[in-house]
Amino acid sequence: MLTKRIIPCLDIKDGRTVKGINFEQIRDAGDPVELGALYASQGADELVFLDITATVEKRKTLSELVNKIAHRINIPFTVGGGIKTEADVSVLLQNGADKIAVNTAAFLDPTIINRFAKNFGSQCVVLAIDAKCEADNNWYVYLKGGREKTDMLVTEWAKRAVDLGVGEILLTSMNHDGTKQGFALDITAALAESLPVPIIASGGGGTTAHFYDVFTKGKADAALAASIFHYKEIAIPDLKYFLHEKGIPIRL
Amino acid sequence: MKTAIIQYNAGNIQSVLYALERLGTSAIVTDNIEAIQAADKVIFPGVGEASTAMEYLKQRNLDVVIKNLQQPVLGICLGMQLMCTTSEENNTTCLGIFEENVRQFKTADPIIKVPQIGWNTITNLKTNLFNQVPENSYAYFVHGYYAAIGAHTIATTNYIQPYSSALNKRNFYGVQFHPEKSAKVGEQIIKNFLELT
Repeated sequence: MLTKRIIPCLDIKDGRTVKGINFEQIRDAGDPVELGALYASQGADELVFLDITATVEKRKTLSELVNKIAHRINIPFTVGGGIKTEADVSVLLQNGADKIAVNTAAFLDPTIINRFAKNFGSQCVVLAIDAKCEADNNWYVYLKGGREKTDMLVTEWAKRAVDLGVGEILLTSMNHDGTKQGFALDITAALAESLPVPIIASGGGGTTAHFYDVFTKGKADAALAASIFHYKEIAIPDLKYFLHEKGIPIRL
Repeated sequence: MKTAIIQYNAGNIQSVLYALERLGTSAIVTDNIEAIQAADKVIFPGVGEASTAMEYLKQRNLDVVIKNLQQPVLGICLGMQLMCTTSEENNTTCLGIFEENVRQFKTADPIIKVPQIGWNTITNLKTNLFNQVPENSYAYFVHGYYAAIGAHTIATTNYIQPYSSALNKRNFYGVQFHPEKSAKVGEQIIKNFLELT
């Protein structure tokens, strides 16, 4: 049986792992290669590396880091941050990344989804959506690391992106990110029940029960978290054993 | 021992090389016919689309070369599918090593995603490729097409229906999952392949 996936996320800034709270207040959390290898050995199902300071000058550094990660790690990993062109994707895949994540660039020019899917296959194109629930109770797409609001509804953008060829959606709730109060179950379920691609839920995982909820009520295919793993609040083997005991299909 | 990884217009080829390096061995990544024929082991990896990949192989005569190899050959994911007779993916005629037709996963259930992405179990394990690999081990899959269960099946996985997650005929082996991304289980399978005689 296909299992639910637990995905530690490593935000990278200047080659180090960092983690913010509500997209701000960045703290240092260690060497990404070592941390990634540790998570892989502990049973992480995949890893996501997001370069939160990706600029043109940083691109070469990122591809070198990806190469180091690929040499060390025996599970799939996704890389995101400032990816805009086929050349960007090509370099990351050649250095060993399995998938790339696009966010702002894809929103500003949706044709890149189509081009990436055609050139590299849908299976390696992950759409990251930063979502925020506003006072009108609707979920809106935010850009540029959560700094810029759009008028686009999350459900609408996700559907359009799937039609254009994304293979997975990484949905981060800005309302929940860093709060450890649980995942955004409603919007996660809304996407998971209406779209033919896997949904990775992100933002808010603070207890093992939150993960159980996101797989059952949220219908997520995978759950992503950062700080609870970086700061050893929840150990991956304990989390996976808990979910297994509760009847969730999980790889032990 | 010389291992050749066939270079063609498909993704994920470097990952296979890195996996071999983690096992303390090395390989050449090449589309050179003589180098492929001279290797002790040949790995035919790949993530991509069937018709484009077959076209590329044919243009370079690699289609004929691959099906006439005598040493152990391991097809991975798209590589395994291309070793079958045909693929429903753009109605492609493949290499015809395994007499199986590759079909598209179909489901009416919106909660079941196609392609299958993630970890699933492999069962009914046969041949030395699975030495020391326990039944129901987990492997990492990414695919929207599958080969049915048939005479060449050496591993079975269940997604929508049971299908072949590995095939074998003479010196040819194929795995639908990615051993290079399947943690310790995958490492054992690659190690077993390199030890085949």
